[in-house]
Amino acid sequence: MDTLTGNTRVTQSPDVTSTPVELSKRTTRLTARDVTVHYGSKQALHGISIDIPDRAVTSFIGPSGCGKSTFLRCINRMNDTIEGAKVGGTIKLDGEDIYDPSLDVVELRARIGMVFQKPNPFPKSIYDNVAYGPRIHGLARSRAEMDEIVHSSLRKAGLWQEVKDRLAEPGTGLSGGQQQRLCIARAIAVSPEVILMDEPCSALDPIATAIIEELIDELRENYTIVIVTHSMQQAARVSQKTAFFHLGNLVEEGNTSDIFTNPRNKQTQDYITGRIG
Amino acid sequence: MTDVTASRPLSERTQLIRKNLRRRHMSETIFRALGLLAIIVALGFVALLFADILRKGVPAFTQSNLHLTATFDPEIIDVGPPPGRIAGQSEAEFRAASLKWQREVAMLNWNKVVEASLRALAPAGYEIAAKDLLTIPETDARHRLREMFVADPSLLGQTVKVDVLASANADNWIKGNIDRSLPDSQQQLKAPARALIDQFVSNGTISMGFAWSLLTNVDSRAAPASSGLLGALVGSLYMMLIVIVLAVPIGVAAAIYLEEFAPKSRLTDFIEVNINNLAAVPSIVFGLLGAAVFINYMHLPISAPLVGGLVLTLMTLPTIIIATRGALLGVSPALRQAALGMGASKTQMVFHHVLPVTFPSILTATIIGVAHALGETAPLLLIGMKAFVASVPATPLDQATALPVQIYLWQGNENRNFFESHTAAAIMVLLVLMIALNGIAIFLRSRLERRA
Repeated sequence: MDTLTGNTRVTQSPDVTSTPVELSKRTTRLTARDVTVHYGSKQALHGISIDIPDRAVTSFIGPSGCGKSTFLRCINRMNDTIEGAKVGGTIKLDGEDIYDPSLDVVELRARIGMVFQKPNPFPKSIYDNVAYGPRIHGLARSRAEMDEIVHSSLRKAGLWQEVKDRLAEPGTGLSGGQQQRLCIARAIAVSPEVILMDEPCSALDPIATAIIEELIDELRENYTIVIVTHSMQQAARVSQKTAFFHLGNLVEEGNTSDIFTNPRNKQTQDYITGRIG
Repeated sequence: MTDVTASRPLSERTQLIRKNLRRRHMSETIFRALGLLAIIVALGFVALLFADILRKGVPAFTQSNLHLTATFDPEIIDVGPPPGRIAGQSEAEFRAASLKWQREVAMLNWNKVVEASLRALAPAGYEIAAKDLLTIPETDARHRLREMFVADPSLLGQTVKVDVLASANADNWIKGNIDRSLPDSQQQLKAPARALIDQFVSNGTISMGFAWSLLTNVDSRAAPASSGLLGALVGSLYMMLIVIVLAVPIGVAAAIYLEEFAPKSRLTDFIEVNINNLAAVPSIVFGLLGAAVFINYMHLPISAPLVGGLVLTLMTLPTIIIATRGALLGVSPALRQAALGMGASKTQMVFHHVLPVTFPSILTATIIGVAHALGETAPLLLIGMKAFVASVPATPLDQATALPVQIYLWQGNENRNFFESHTAAAIMVLLVLMIALNGIAIFLRSRLERRA
């Protein structure tokens, strides 16, 4: 359920309020061509092809089970961890095939960070949560450098003011919204090129959601962000590019303003106006 | 305002629900009563067991001590002074001379010293044969005196106070473990000895004290009153250490591999089924395996704690593997995803995140597994650990016995009157160890969980 709309059905397409960006001037960071995913004998994705622009927010929308999260998980190969999942087609990050057998998945995940649906901080201190990534990838050469990474990551995630006096306390003791911002801080601590967010606000209340959305808009300046969301309002508020998925197919993709104001496809129009979903 | 609800007739539906409700409440009450009954019966049996063990075992922790005043009479101790160091004598020659002197000392009739000191304590002119008199102290009294003399030859001619144990038969008589009304022919001690013991008790020559010997001595057949658990305790300790050192790392590593790394295949399924089956194999079968593999094939020493520890390790492994896998399975996928999403390798995910979270459960399972191994008897019987061993094993390769086996041995001892309480006392020591281990498990678990 979408926390912002509650159960009310939208009968009009939401207003696009996200910062407009001339997408045609942006380079393409990720390209996906004919991506298919099978879970055992069941096909979950049917040939997805899409380009993800640099330093912009791309949102994937669509009804439950449409394959948007599955596709997101292909981008940092989290599907590898699922028993029986098979991925076909190609996904390239800066022209490099991420499914190339010679590519190390650990390195890939350092370059493409992920924030999950449910806040999942490690059962460790706030400091250690953020320091974990830089530590395993050996990004900090000294204690001071590590402190700097942790502090700046928390600042970028807008959490610094709230936690600066209790960095040693467990991250699991924070509120849901704070935990999710901690997870974002943890993800940006390794300075990834791309951040994937899988419904990052679905477990949060409207105020925490608004804070995260603001944060996403700020992070857009420096990172390529892909966000999966159930809320069309959220897509309209934060993203510059939107892709609509339905039944494992990519139905339509384009500038967020075009998708919401002038969809070419009937299914897309039905979905954004709340007739299917 | 009128009471609306009272005046309204109940609808048919509500009546139906009410009727069912009564039946539902009834079955709940019955189940509660049955559950309570089960708890009462179970606790009753446990209470019965503990009460019986305590009733029988507690007396064994007190022992009758005999306070002697022994005179190292030069007429009985007819031996020259210990050899001194002679100039120009080699170390080996000196040692040979010392040993020769010690042998001479050992050949003396030390019972005479014991007898003399007992006669001195008895009323003047008390008529009792020397043989009967010597049934009052434990047979190791003469060794005590001899060792005192060897350690300090200047005692010759002196009179010193020395406490020795009363014999097992005297102990039985004092504690009333033997029926005092039985005729002479059925008594272990002769009448004059019995009467003298009663006199000694009344004048304080024999007094009861805490039976330290139970914890500081090894098993003894010749001097039953001095028999203790030390050998068995050390044997059990060695085996526990071996189980901890071997079973814990192997078990935890196997569980981690099977749960986290092994590809799901028919082979891993087969291994999994077999580990579960192994946990149900009777322990005596592990004993047979140990005898066949470790003793017959690998020629490890018989009755050794090393072999016992290996057998118990085999027996404990499935328990630890199953418990660890269960704990790993219980870790939320969100934590694994968080770690993998950060770019942690699988090994880093396991060791940085999954294991710390499951550590308390693994630790508890391990301690309970080790406690279980500590109490195991059957497999040890088959690898020769039921032999009578009257020494403390210096290494895990020496012959030893174990606590539960010592209980089994004492239970079968022919001096029933005396060893019944010793058996119960040994059970108490074993139970205290078990409860302590389980207590440690609970303590560590709650502490680690609070910290996590």
